[in-house]
Amino acid sequence: MMETVVSIKPLLAILTSLLVIPVILSSRTPNIRETWTFTAAIIKFLLVASMIPIVLAGGSIEYTIALVLPAVAIKLRVDSLGLLFAMVASFLWIITSAYSIGYMRKLREHSQTRYYCFFALSLSATIGVAFSANLLTMYLFYEMLSLATYPLVTHHQDREARSSGRKYLTYILGTSIGLVLPAMLIVFQSSGTLEFSPGGIIPDTMSPVMVTVLFFFLVFGFAKAGVMPFHAWLPAAMVAPTPVSALLHAVAVVKVGVFCVLRVVTAIFGVHRMDAFHLDTILCATAAVTIVASSLIALSQDGLKRRLAFSTIGQLSYILLGGALLSKSGMTGGFLHIAMHAFGKITLFFCAGAIFVSTGIKNISQMAGIGRRMPITMAAFFIGALSVIGLPPCGGFISKWYLLLGTIEAHRIGMLVVLLGSSLLNAAYFLPVVYRAFFCTENEALFEKKIVEAPVWCLAPLMLTAICSVILFFYPQPFLRLARIGVQAIMGGY
Amino acid sequence: MKEHFPALIVVTPLIMALLVSAMSWLNKKLCFPTTVLALLVSLLSSIGLLLRVMSEGTVRYRLGGWSPPWGIAYEADHLNGLILVVVSLAAFLNLIGSKALVAKEFDQKEGPFYTLYLLFVTGLLGILVTGDAFNLYVLLEIASLSGYALIGMGNGRASLAGLNYVFMGTIGASFYLLGIGYLYLATGSLNMADISAILPGILPSNVVFLAFLLCLSGMLIKMAFFPLHGWLPNAYTHAFSTASSLVAPLTTKVMIYVMIRISFFVFPPAFVLTGVDISGALVWFAVVAMVMGSVLALSQKRLKRMLAYIIVAEVGYMVGGFWLGNRLGMNGAILHIANDVMMTLCVFLAAGAISYKINDDRFSALQGIFRKMPFTMAFFMIGALSIIGVPPTCGFFSKWYLISGGIAAGQYGFVAALLFSSLVNAVLFFRIVEIGYYEPFPEGHHAHHARSGPKGGMAEAPLGMLVSLGITAGLLIVMGIYSGDIVNNIIQFAVPL
Repeated sequence: MMETVVSIKPLLAILTSLLVIPVILSSRTPNIRETWTFTAAIIKFLLVASMIPIVLAGGSIEYTIALVLPAVAIKLRVDSLGLLFAMVASFLWIITSAYSIGYMRKLREHSQTRYYCFFALSLSATIGVAFSANLLTMYLFYEMLSLATYPLVTHHQDREARSSGRKYLTYILGTSIGLVLPAMLIVFQSSGTLEFSPGGIIPDTMSPVMVTVLFFFLVFGFAKAGVMPFHAWLPAAMVAPTPVSALLHAVAVVKVGVFCVLRVVTAIFGVHRMDAFHLDTILCATAAVTIVASSLIALSQDGLKRRLAFSTIGQLSYILLGGALLSKSGMTGGFLHIAMHAFGKITLFFCAGAIFVSTGIKNISQMAGIGRRMPITMAAFFIGALSVIGLPPCGGFISKWYLLLGTIEAHRIGMLVVLLGSSLLNAAYFLPVVYRAFFCTENEALFEKKIVEAPVWCLAPLMLTAICSVILFFYPQPFLRLARIGVQAIMGGY
Repeated sequence: MKEHFPALIVVTPLIMALLVSAMSWLNKKLCFPTTVLALLVSLLSSIGLLLRVMSEGTVRYRLGGWSPPWGIAYEADHLNGLILVVVSLAAFLNLIGSKALVAKEFDQKEGPFYTLYLLFVTGLLGILVTGDAFNLYVLLEIASLSGYALIGMGNGRASLAGLNYVFMGTIGASFYLLGIGYLYLATGSLNMADISAILPGILPSNVVFLAFLLCLSGMLIKMAFFPLHGWLPNAYTHAFSTASSLVAPLTTKVMIYVMIRISFFVFPPAFVLTGVDISGALVWFAVVAMVMGSVLALSQKRLKRMLAYIIVAEVGYMVGGFWLGNRLGMNGAILHIANDVMMTLCVFLAAGAISYKINDDRFSALQGIFRKMPFTMAFFMIGALSIIGVPPTCGFFSKWYLISGGIAAGQYGFVAALLFSSLVNAVLFFRIVEIGYYEPFPEGHHAHHARSGPKGGMAEAPLGMLVSLGITAGLLIVMGIYSGDIVNNIIQFAVPL
């Protein structure tokens, strides 16, 4: 049976990046500063990874920090799903740190120390969300992440950054204070607890209307999940430096959003109640609308990062859809997609940044023939695109496969059509970019045949994540096993 | 020594105030250390007293050995034990933090300033610890008079604002005195414990009813409960920063304490909550206070004035929470007294540090302030987050209790107003961020790449200021994390409900 280990490890994993901030602040040269970032990132990853054996054996790790309210503590629990997410985020932080060096130094960005500090803070918050044992702890780290990413999003401190930052905070802080906080209080008042539990904690006496209202509050309240109509902050946030967009707006922040929603669905409402109150249908419909609409919008975007952002909005709803299907395969596919999409999308963002660093170009229309100039980058872009579209031999195929199986298991053929249709749309907005980069005719080529790639600090990370995407197709086991264990625990006898 | 904590808390700063006054003639340099010493003794005695209360229960002290109801009795329980520590701590931190600013703002008048500072703190601590209703009035006057002087010492319109404060404050205090007079008429006693033992026997009584209303009205004026708040914004805006960062965090909160004290320990709680039948109306008034305080704060263009209106809204939180009349609301109100003292102190100290550096607190003067004073602004932001109510800062937890209390009492208007006020607070503070962080805008395309231009360079406040500001900000987080312990071990026993 499940064994629970009490250990301070999860707290340490959160604190590593927090404690390194004073060190980063006081570092005398940039090289020393970045060394500390790497050290913290690697220690954090190792700490997270060291928890795998216990979790794979079916156990979980708990640590209570403080009892802040009667019956509610700030408490951490590492289960397989949280660990899956934490693994992805902490591993990609290492790679992004390397990429940041290449990107930020090449562009001679200002306030790099501040940048690295808040990056570290964001990662603490991300891991905190992954390891939260109750809704209050999750809310705490969720808010911490919102605020820690604000200076990163608005890094350039110009007018555009200000209006994007305003949008970012309005959407994210507004929904979390206006929707999640009251919902959390109502849950606590009616059930006397906020602890995540596989069967959910909403009392059976609550009226269906109230349950539905709560559901809306919690699903839309975690606006980082990018569910329409609360998605507009994400394209706006693309004003951030690309490493921020890459790690935060393809992996950490947005996945925190969907992770929160999935946690609420599975551990606050519970699978049975989702079914009984037809909440799964609501979530399916919302996700389906978001998937289709965002893919269509993505088609028309010329800014590469904006196109990626709309693609991300759609992909996030894949994950939510996986949860909403309430079938084992669907749920597995959803959680697996957190990892698979992360590697694919971060590659794409890295490429977008590399192109910008090397040529200063942001718009797709100007990228004809760029494959001649940056072959490695565009090859990686191709792999990333394949993964996000969900084609072999990339990791994205595996998660999409499970999602498709899930729709069949759940007898939701409509959703099957949505998934397949949106895959076509994904292909329609990604492949032309690749095609134009490599196969445009000579007279259309805007670039010389000379190869001028981005600095090696940019190039190596994007190659690495592209290779990882391919490896994950052949060896999805670490993530797949974690997802399966987690789904088994959630679905239980359902 | 241990038995005399209640007296030491009050008597030390009182005697030292006289000493400081004398010293300002002899050697000005000694004024500051003496003041520090006095407040340190008060602080340590308060902590000692709280620990004693936690282990032994209510501590009773007879001043001069005279037994009540004739002598003056000091009484410390879980309610004032906690607030004593918070108030003396805030006064101490503010003192450390504002040394440089005092030297600048008060120039030759340091001696009088520190004397008034100590007298003001004496008054507040006395109000907190006394168990005698009339003695409370005397100490209230000590605190108020020195408060008027502290406010009036400022520049420009400060004396007018101070005068306004005198008028309103005197009216408030007179109401209270009148109320106590009626009580004396009805019971023949001025000792709180004594009165509360006598009162149940003579109820229902119109005299007692009137006495309660008078006392309550007096306190509502003194705590600047909307719409009786007119004196507050001007007083806190025009006063020197050192004075406003002392008076602003403490006065309103101590008056709210007095409201709780007389409602529960002088008048019988059952009479107050159901007999008077005023709680529903007061909760709605609190809703108006929160909404209007927030809206008025939105329309301000000066930092200190904005903070002053936030206090008006915060008073609504506590009054509303108290009059919800249930355990959760009560816990929320008392916890919020403690939290609000610290978070208001934090933002006012930061405002003081800013005015020390740039001599101006208009929003337009705050451009580039994040670059100039990164640490001050970081601490300011922690205070701001606490006021907004973001965990793990303490402001979140008191708000949690208040909202829970509102839901439990079915007062959804109160809940909505709290959430509204939180959102408005977020707007208020991030507006400062937008001005301080982005403006002035860099010129040209990608000008941000070489941004350490002419305006650059750090110009932080003096170390003492930063240290006390940092401690205050840190305490906001510590108090948040330990709020469960504070509630379970102290506030839980604070009111008989």
